[in-house]
This record gives sequence, C-alpha cells and structure tokens, in this order.
Amino acid sequence: MYKYFPHTESDIAEMLGRIGVSSLDDLYAEIPEGIRFDKEYNLKKSMSEDEVRAYFKSLGAQNRPLISFAGGGAYDHYSPAVIGQLISRSEFLTAYTPYQPEISQGTLQYIFEFQSMICELTGMECCNASMYDGATAAAEAMLMAVAHAKKRNKVIVSQTLNERAIAVVETYARFHGVTLECIPEKEGVTDKAVMEQMLAADDVAGVMVSTPNRYGIIEDFTGFADTAHAHKSLFIVYADPSAMAVLKTPGEWGADIACGDGQSLGMPLNFGGPYVGYLAATRDLVRKLPGRIVGATTDVDGKRAFVLTLQAREQHIRRQKANSNICSNQSLMALYVTIYMALMGKQGLREVNEKSYAGAHYLCDKLLATGKFSLCYDKPFLKEFAVNTSLNRDVLMKHLEEKGFLAGTPVSGNENALLFCVTEKRTREEIDNLVSLIEQEG
Amino acid sequence: MSTVLDGLYYSESHEWLKVEGEFGYIGITDYAQHQLGSVVYVDLPEVDDELNQGEEFGAVESVKAASDLLSPISGVVVEINEALEDKPELLNEDAFGNWICKVKISDETELKNLMDAEAYKAICE
Amino acid sequence: MKYYNKLIFEISKPGRIGYALPQNDFGNYSLADLPQSLCRETPAELPEVSELDVVRHYTNVSNKNFGVETGFYPLGSCTMKYNPKINEEMASMESFTALHPMQSEESVQGALRLYYELAQALSEISGLAEFTLNPFAGAHGELTGLMLMRQYHIKRGDSKRTKVIVPDSAHGTNPASAAVCGLEIVEVPSTPDGTIDVDKLEPLLDDTIAGIMMTNPNTLGIFEKEIPRIAQLVHGCGGLLYYDGANLNPLLGRCRPGDMGFDIMHINLHKTFSTPHGGGGPGSGPVGVAAVLVDYLPRPRVVKKGDRYAIEGHDDSIGSVSGFFGNFGVMMRAYAYILSLGKENLKHAGELATLNANYVKDSLKDCYYLPIEGICKHEFVFDGLLDKSTGVTTLDIAKRLLDYGYHAPTIYFPLLFHQSIMIEPTETESKETLDEFIEVMRRVAREAIDDPEMVKSAPHVTPVRRLDETTAAKNPILRFRDLNY
Repeated sequence: MYKYFPHTESDIAEMLGRIGVSSLDDLYAEIPEGIRFDKEYNLKKSMSEDEVRAYFKSLGAQNRPLISFAGGGAYDHYSPAVIGQLISRSEFLTAYTPYQPEISQGTLQYIFEFQSMICELTGMECCNASMYDGATAAAEAMLMAVAHAKKRNKVIVSQTLNERAIAVVETYARFHGVTLECIPEKEGVTDKAVMEQMLAADDVAGVMVSTPNRYGIIEDFTGFADTAHAHKSLFIVYADPSAMAVLKTPGEWGADIACGDGQSLGMPLNFGGPYVGYLAATRDLVRKLPGRIVGATTDVDGKRAFVLTLQAREQHIRRQKANSNICSNQSLMALYVTIYMALMGKQGLREVNEKSYAGAHYLCDKLLATGKFSLCYDKPFLKEFAVNTSLNRDVLMKHLEEKGFLAGTPVSGNENALLFCVTEKRTREEIDNLVSLIEQEG
Repeated sequence: MSTVLDGLYYSESHEWLKVEGEFGYIGITDYAQHQLGSVVYVDLPEVDDELNQGEEFGAVESVKAASDLLSPISGVVVEINEALEDKPELLNEDAFGNWICKVKISDETELKNLMDAEAYKAICE
Repeated sequence: MKYYNKLIFEISKPGRIGYALPQNDFGNYSLADLPQSLCRETPAELPEVSELDVVRHYTNVSNKNFGVETGFYPLGSCTMKYNPKINEEMASMESFTALHPMQSEESVQGALRLYYELAQALSEISGLAEFTLNPFAGAHGELTGLMLMRQYHIKRGDSKRTKVIVPDSAHGTNPASAAVCGLEIVEVPSTPDGTIDVDKLEPLLDDTIAGIMMTNPNTLGIFEKEIPRIAQLVHGCGGLLYYDGANLNPLLGRCRPGDMGFDIMHINLHKTFSTPHGGGGPGSGPVGVAAVLVDYLPRPRVVKKGDRYAIEGHDDSIGSVSGFFGNFGVMMRAYAYILSLGKENLKHAGELATLNANYVKDSLKDCYYLPIEGICKHEFVFDGLLDKSTGVTTLDIAKRLLDYGYHAPTIYFPLLFHQSIMIEPTETESKETLDEFIEVMRRVAREAIDDPEMVKSAPHVTPVRRLDETTAAKNPILRFRDLNY
C-alpha cells in the first residue's frame, strides 16, 4: 500500500478477524453518517522521493538567501558541523519527553547540561529545560512575576525591549488580565527616573528590561535591581545569551529572572524557527518556574542519574492551577545550543564576541565615514547598532538586497533608521563590498 | 488505617484545626498525608495573610501530586511552622504533631461548619 | 562501550578548545574598549573540550536514550509514528535554513508559499477555513485557539463569556491553557462509557460560556458520537467548539473536525504529520478556524495575493504569539510528509492506526482490565491487570516493559481510572511487532503472578534503575555547580 505502512492484505484480514469485524470501514461504524467524510481530499497526488525533492527545490529557488547584516533577534553566527550530525542521531531525534527516566538518561543528561550552561552564562541559579522562543519566555517571565506577587497584577516593560518580544508579552498580558505598562526610553535606553516613579505606587509585580536592547545598546542597570526590590517588585532581564559571555550578566545586575532567545548560540536562521527560549531565575523562585526541569538524583543502586523534577508545578498535575500551560520544551534545540556551548567553551564564546564587536565597530566607522549615516545614539554597543541615514532607507535596502545583502532591519517608528548587525561570520571583504555599494547610492 | 485524633475539628478537605483560646492551629490529617505519599514541599502562607474558611491558603506537594490547602476557619496568620520548609517529611512522620500555621480566629461561629473526630472518621472510610 | 556516566564538565581541561574561527582582521577594535562596568566580572565556566571529546561524549549520551528508531514506542496520546528520512533531508535545505525571518517578502516567496500551501492542506484535512502555523506546540496552539475564542466574543461586545467547559478526561493542558487565557474552567463529567455526559452538559450552557474544549476521539480513544448534538447545544447557547487535535490521526480521511461542528482547532504536526518529537520538542501546533474567526488570527499572517505571497495582520488580530513564523523547520517536515503520502494514502494512516489499536486491545483484554468495551480509535486504556491480587501496579508493568526493550505506554492518564495504561501503537508498526509486544505483555501479566517481587523491582537491565524522585524534588540539584562530590 505505502512504504510507511507494513500491513499486507492478509495481515489486515487476520487482524480484523481477531477484532471480530469484517472491514476497515466497520472500525468507523459509530461515526454518525452526517459527519462522515467520504470524499477524497482535494490535495496533491502522492509524490515519489525525487518528486518531493524536486518540489522543495523549486520552492527553495523562489527564496534568496542573503549575506546577513541583520540581527533584531535572529543572528547569523557560525554553526559548527558537529552539531547537525549529533542532533540527527535518532536516539535524540525520535525520542519523546523523558517520562521513563530509566531509558531517557540521554535526554535528561543533556537538559541538565543545558540548565547548567545557561546558569553559567546568565549568572542565575536555576533554569528550566527551555521555552519555545525568547518572546514566549519573556511572556512566561511576566506570568511568573504576577504569580509570585499574588496580589499585584501589573508588570512594567522597558520600551527598549525587542519589539517582537513586547508584542508577544502584550498578547499574553491582555488575555491573562495583566496590566502591562511601558517604561519610556530616553536617548535609546530605559528612562530610569520614570521607572522609579512607576514603581513608587508599590503595585508593580515585575520590571522587565533588556541587554543589549533593541538598538543594540548595552544598558547600564546600576541601581535598577535595588529600586525594584525596594518596592517588592521582581527585576527581569531579557538577555542575549551569546553576549553574556562578555557582558555583565542578569545575575550580576541583580536580576530575579533572566530570559531570552538561545538562537544566538550558533543556531541557523531557519526563517525564524525553531529557536529556543530560556528562562532562568534565582533559587528562591525555582517553584515558580514554568515547564520541565531536570534534577540530579541516584537510582536504587546508588548510581548518579537525572530525572524530571518538581513536577507538581506542571499542568499534567496541577491542571488549571499550574503556573503555565506549557507541556513540552524545545528539547532538540536545547541540545543544539548545549553542544554549541560545549564546543565553543569558555574561550570560544568570548572570541565570537570579540570578533563580532570588532566587525560591528569597523562597519559602523566605515558607514559614518561615508557621511550618509549618523549613530542614532552614541552609546556602547556590542554587535548591533542603529544609524540614521540621509538616503532613502527602503530604496537603499532594496538595492542592496538585489546585490545579495540583507542590509540591516528597519528600526520601527523611525523611517530613516536602520539596525545593523555584524557577527563573527562577516568578513572584512563582505563589509568593504557592502560599504562600497552604499557609497554608490543616492 | 489512618489515625484520627479526638478533640480536633476537621474539614472535608482533610485539614484539622486545634482551637486554643482565640487561636487555632491548622494542619493536614494523617489520612491526607497517606493519600499524598512522600511530601516534598509545603507552600506555606505568610504571617499576616488573611484566610477565609474553605479558601486556599497554600499547598502540599508530593512527587506526583499537589493538594491545595483549604483553610478550615477564617482568621489571620500569626505564625507559620518554618520547620516544614526544610523538613516537609515531618507531615508524613506525624501529621497531627506538625501544624502548618497558627491563626487568630476571626469568627468562632464558623466552627459549626466543621466535623468532629467521629464524623471525620466516617468520611475516611 | 561500558556504561558512560560523565557530564561534559567532568571531561573539561583548561586550555582545550573545540572550535576554529576565522582570523580577526579588523584592526584595533577590542572589547577592552567597553566600559568595565558593563562587562561581566567572572568568566562563564563553560567546558573546555576538543571536538572529538564533544562528539564522543554526546554519542555516548545518546546511547542512553530510546527513540522510535530504537524500538516499539506505544506511548498513548503521543502518536509515536515513524519519522520519515526524506522529511529531514527537506528540512535541511539551505535555501530555507539560511533565510533571515526579517528579509523582504520578495526574497522569501518560496518559504511563504510553503507556509501557505501547508496551511491550505491542513484546512482541507480538517474542514476549517484558515490556519495559522505560528504556534510552537500543541499547548501553545490551545492557548492561541482560546485567545481566538475570547476575541470573537469580545469583538461581538459579549464580554461576560468567561467560562470554558472541559471534560474530566481532558489532557492537562486544556484547563491550564484556559487558565492562562484568563478563562474559568467548568468541568463536565464523563458517562460510564467514557464519553461526555450530554445530560450534565446541557444545564451548564448559558450566556457566560465562551465555549467547550473537546478531543474526539477522546483520551480513552472513544469517538464522541453525540458530537452533532453537543455542537448544536453549544452553538445554541452562543458558545464555540474547540477541538484538541492531539487525537486527529485516526480520523484522517474519515471525518473532519470542521464537519463535526468545531470552530477552532489545533493540530500537533509532531503527532499526526510525522515530525520527530526530538526528546520533547520542537513541535508545532497550527491553529485552524472557521470563516467567522479568520480576522482574529495572530500576526504575522501569510496570505496569497494573485500569484504572490504576502505577510499581513488584521487590526482585529489577537496579536502575536511568536517572535516570527513559528517552528518553520517543523512545517517543512510535515509538508514533505503530506506531499509524500498524497491524497491517496493519508486515509490509510488513520485506519491502520485504528486497526492496530483494536488488535492489541482485543489480544490482551483477557489479562488486562478493559474498563470500556467496544471499538476504539487510535488508542485505548486498560485499568491495570485483570488480576489485582498480586499488588503489581501499572508503574511496575511499565518498568518491566523497559527490560524487554519496549518504551512503556502512557501511565496514570487519563485520571478517570486509578491504574490507567494507555496504548497507542500507530499505523507504522507491523503485525509481527504487535504480536511480539502482545506476547511480552502477556508474559508480564504471568510474571506478576509467578514472581511479583521481580516485577515490582523492575527495570533490571536498563542503563539506570528506579530513581529516587523524592530526594530529587525535596532538594533539587538543577545544575552542575550544585552537585556535591
């Protein structure tokens, strides 16, 4: 019948005999006639493997992969060959949730390693088994803050947080009944004075800021945690985990919760997914963390082993009283970034940032030198920076796209501004080519 | 067979209440700890929390279950049993010997909504 | 190789590296130029290992896992079918994986077309008007679907509908998603035959009901025959019907949620459409809606304009539920599966899954207690052993199956029975595989009588044996730094 179905005619006849019915149709006899589907689907005919391949190729030919100078939440970092090979191992790929720990030590162990490494990078004390993406991790951080505060229902979010994360946080807030207010920005960073005023009413459950922020700026959060804590509010930092190898970490800023997207840890751009969110916290908040968490323990023979733990927080036990509805994690992608962090290690992740920093500042200086660009804000940045251009931004981007470049992403709310990103993958030659094309514009 | 102590008040959700003057001690019954199995965590209320009869004020967790604590009486929490933070297993060892919180009872007439030991024994069977 | 029990941190040695980056030839730019106050104070203690160290470590770690390709995986409610290889090959095509999600529409037409065509195919399969593929997983789809349900009522100016009805046999995510969405849960009980008690449903229906969440066949594998009446009643009170697509597989080619009267549904691409479970994700939970709800679909929404594909978002949209377009890589796999099977073969997946489940059920009901008789769909539930006198529980049976090289079925769910064993063989398993499994299940039932202690202490030959879960939960050790030596 089909290569994925092993049943022969005689198998089917024999099996139907055991069940005591005479046809496959009899297995559906209870479905009321009015709702049966007895037509054929209006879909394409079965394709052979080569036909599937040819079809995908034809679709792929309608895409134009570009040399990326864009970030904004999706970064073109180097992806070691090892990772793709290892995560394709069927023992990882085709397993499900590690509900039977005796035969799932592989999954459980790498999640434990993932949690350990994310804690190292963010400076936090505990971490869950991963979230869907950075934006939903931020939304879950908001829910945690509200659940922790019990009687407070307001969360304030800096306007400098990635706009896509804000959009998802807003959706969750509206339906969950959380009052969400924006802390305005001042010169490209969170306006601390306004934040202090907003906290003064003592009704805020959590304050969320980000580093680097939506303009690529590394914000200075000196005093933020103390102010938040003085008003019994949680301090939440949305942070790029790759950058945390060199920048001051959420833990060092005094955060209670850290969250963000792990895509920057060597994951392919993948047209936006799958990526992997992370959510980490202080030890005090461990029972408020949503989702799966792996812990170390021993088996009856005293052998070290790993197991899903603190499950009484989760939906399959707490149902409507669970602190989140999340059931799965982004497990294979957590493995992806775990292997990445192992390969790059203590030294490599620093080098990634060192070279990204150098490339970004090199590009920035060259753009400023054309006389057609100026920095939106003169603040410290790592690999991303926002510039205003005297050229027509959208025309410029289109022209450069035709030449094979993704020349940044538009900064929302400012029609002349562009956010550029340079990772360690961009060569000096690529940057020089980009800049010389720009020099020919307008 | 689980133990039921005389002289205490009981709720249908398996909490006990021991009244001493204007104060009451609240805990979970021996039957409840048997049902839960090994207790791994007690989510305690905070001092000054206002409890309402029949409403949730905390939770007790085992590895594969969680049970909300429903207050047998209305009142204000004046003390919590901090020993349970590090040793939740005390509830398994002696459910009646380890209270969860002490409250200042706000409405004594609510006691009539609770069961005595005899009545409680009957619902545990 | 003998049992390997090291963490990657434990094979780390200072100075060792596992990467090579291109030369930094940008001149005098250095991180040291950043203000010290913005830099981390102590380095992250990530491992220092060579490339082979990493490859060998994770290969050995993988050997302690069990996947569909290792052996039979009858995990109820999870549809652990074979994950075809061509899907993986397609998902790794660089002309897709190298796309930045914020590229111009013009430069990603192929990706948008794939998104659109998969959504169209799901519409055809489910009988609903339009799908969003943005939700990341089944539970995320549920949450998105409930937001759509609430938005529908809010936009009609009907703000008092704040309750959702959920059957007592529902997946735990149903009530949890409703709670996150700000809805109150009203539970409706099941009848002794495991289906929704319509007589008890009826009095619950009033103008505070936003809708009902159902899965059909339900978590017992039983088709809810009364669905036309339930749909009529719920619609009659002004509510909507949400279909939890976790159990869609057996209905392929036989029955469509839209035709049953459902207004909103999610599909688990990692169940029905063969994408790998990846140890717990990434999944994908597309949400489909009836025509009256399409304006509320989340942003971004992919539409077709003439022969071009465009990215939109209606003003009445619930907003965004994902950073970008969802788990696009998972969609590529699901679409490869639909194209491979085509309209001719999808139906066979459903009916063979149903055949396999009934065959296993009827071959074992003389030694396991079958609480609900009759034809099931893709899965069914035993309530422990028929002979309860041995004290051998469902947990013991599950653990003993591991010794025989099987993944255990889902256990202790649904909550309707004390000793639930939920078995879902899926259509990709052969009669021989099922016969061997049946034989082992019978053997375990005999062992429970002959040597109950041995079953109670199972597993015996797995990489590790039963774990101390109490200590793990009481004193959680969640990272390498907290391990004591």
